[in-house]
Amino acid sequence: MAGESMHSVETADAGPSLYGLLAEFDNPNDLVRATRQAYAAGYRKLDAYSPYPVEEAWEAIPHHSNRVPLAVLCGALAGMCAGFGLQTWASTMYYPMNIGGRPDLSWPSFIPITFELAVLFASFAAVFGMLMMNGLPQPYHPLFNSPRFATASRDRFFLCIEAQDPLFDRQDTLRFLASLEPREVAEVEN
Amino acid sequence: MSAIPYNTPAELLGEMDRTRSRWLLAGLLGLAAAAGGYFADPQRFFQSYLYAYVFVFGLAMGSLALTMLNHLTGGAWGIMIRRILEAGSRTFPLLLILFLPIALGVFQIFPWAPHEVAEQDHLIHEKSAYLNVPFFFARVAGYFLICLFLSFRISRLSAQQDEHGAEPYYTKLQRLSGPGILLYGLTVTFFSIDLIMSLDPHWFSTIFGILLLGCQGVSTFAFAIMVLVWLMRQRPMSEAVRSVHLHDLGKLMFAFVNLFAYFNFSQFLIIWSGNLPEETTWYLKRTTGGWQYVSIAIMVLHFFVPFFLLLSRNLKRTPGKVSKVAGWLIFMQLVNAYWLVMPSFHERGIHLHWLDAATPLAIGGLWMWVFLGQLKQRPLLPVGDPMLEEALHSGGH
Repeated sequence: MAGESMHSVETADAGPSLYGLLAEFDNPNDLVRATRQAYAAGYRKLDAYSPYPVEEAWEAIPHHSNRVPLAVLCGALAGMCAGFGLQTWASTMYYPMNIGGRPDLSWPSFIPITFELAVLFASFAAVFGMLMMNGLPQPYHPLFNSPRFATASRDRFFLCIEAQDPLFDRQDTLRFLASLEPREVAEVEN
Repeated sequence: MSAIPYNTPAELLGEMDRTRSRWLLAGLLGLAAAAGGYFADPQRFFQSYLYAYVFVFGLAMGSLALTMLNHLTGGAWGIMIRRILEAGSRTFPLLLILFLPIALGVFQIFPWAPHEVAEQDHLIHEKSAYLNVPFFFARVAGYFLICLFLSFRISRLSAQQDEHGAEPYYTKLQRLSGPGILLYGLTVTFFSIDLIMSLDPHWFSTIFGILLLGCQGVSTFAFAIMVLVWLMRQRPMSEAVRSVHLHDLGKLMFAFVNLFAYFNFSQFLIIWSGNLPEETTWYLKRTTGGWQYVSIAIMVLHFFVPFFLLLSRNLKRTPGKVSKVAGWLIFMQLVNAYWLVMPSFHERGIHLHWLDAATPLAIGGLWMWVFLGQLKQRPLLPVGDPMLEEALHSGGH
């Protein structure tokens, strides 16, 4: 956090800028249960954090329709066209060569390169599309202000309900999270 | 999780019995038609019989292989279809009986079999140390011994596990499955050489066994998915099977569709590149006389269409949709078996015959009758498997 003076300025201007409430759990089952309950209670701007992927926690927030698969499909189709097109152009127009008496457009021999380029372009689309859509790399995140949050990469599990959620209310949400039996609930500032 | 009542409810048993009798009826009708076809055109009968037999045999062999594979790798997908696969692998006694027509027709089916051929054809003469009738029967006996032993040993251990709990059966199953997979690989390789590749005794392809393995993988996963979705209409499977399980099975079926295409193309590309007369004959038969349309149909309808359909996550998770794709793939596998076997007999061109429909009905109907009879004998979930609880809970991989 910035210095005290900075903090007080923010408070004076726009009230305390709260990012959200962070509940800490010490096992994945509690996290999954809490996430399901929070979603069932109507919270939508929430996220779960864990040291390793917890598939059920991912499924507990059912609004994950991302467009990475679409990007991968487009990448693969582009790679296919590029690979097949390049070979077709090279061996029929730019530099036709008689190889074993085969026709210039010998498509079976083009398939491996077409396939490889489809995989390559699909991989690029997957990695760069993922980075573009999830906003990584992200050197700063408000959750880093929580001193406990560093344990999310070791052995603790966190559920954060963000202040932007329409249902969010400092007191009510705090009471709700406390009812989920976490180890502790902390406020996280922007 | 609340305990699922594992025993198959009486209502479902009754439905299985009704379905079973319908398959028996279909099988007997097919058998009667095929028998009539034998007297009308014995040559054609044997040819049609062989392709249908190879297809159905693949279901039993694939079931055995996937059972062993799942014992080695673990995974909730295999626990959900374990009993379907075990029942499928206990059909080898029927397949042994159904091998009889092939055994009787060996001289009509296999061009290398008659003595005169080896005397006139130098290449076949050179191969006669392997391609001769007594050794052929010895090898087929070997395949049946291996499959019968593995399937009944595994089924028995699995039944003991149901009764007495996990150990030591869990470990025994794993120990048997390792060498078992190896034996399966050898069996499917030599089976493919003997029953399909030797129809063109001059021709050879080293990837052929693996190609048939890919076929069995597609048809077995497709079959297991169809039966599972059918069972999901009632307890206990309606409560046990969740979309994650279907998703995993759909992904594995998808993987085998790709593997099938990959092996097929590998074989084709190598032969096409080499362009040697003794290798290209096999493809020449399959790209002329109408067979080229079947080849293209397999490429499009067994690869491109299912590929794009099975990309969808939603489709794989929806029982009604994934089982339709599975049904389609089973049909295409039958077409593929036809395409592997028939052009070797009919190089002049494609020539459909009503026996081509009668023989799969006969063999498939009787096989389904035995399969369902085996399936209803045991609980539909492996109740003694130590991984069952986890599989029900999480659908973990």
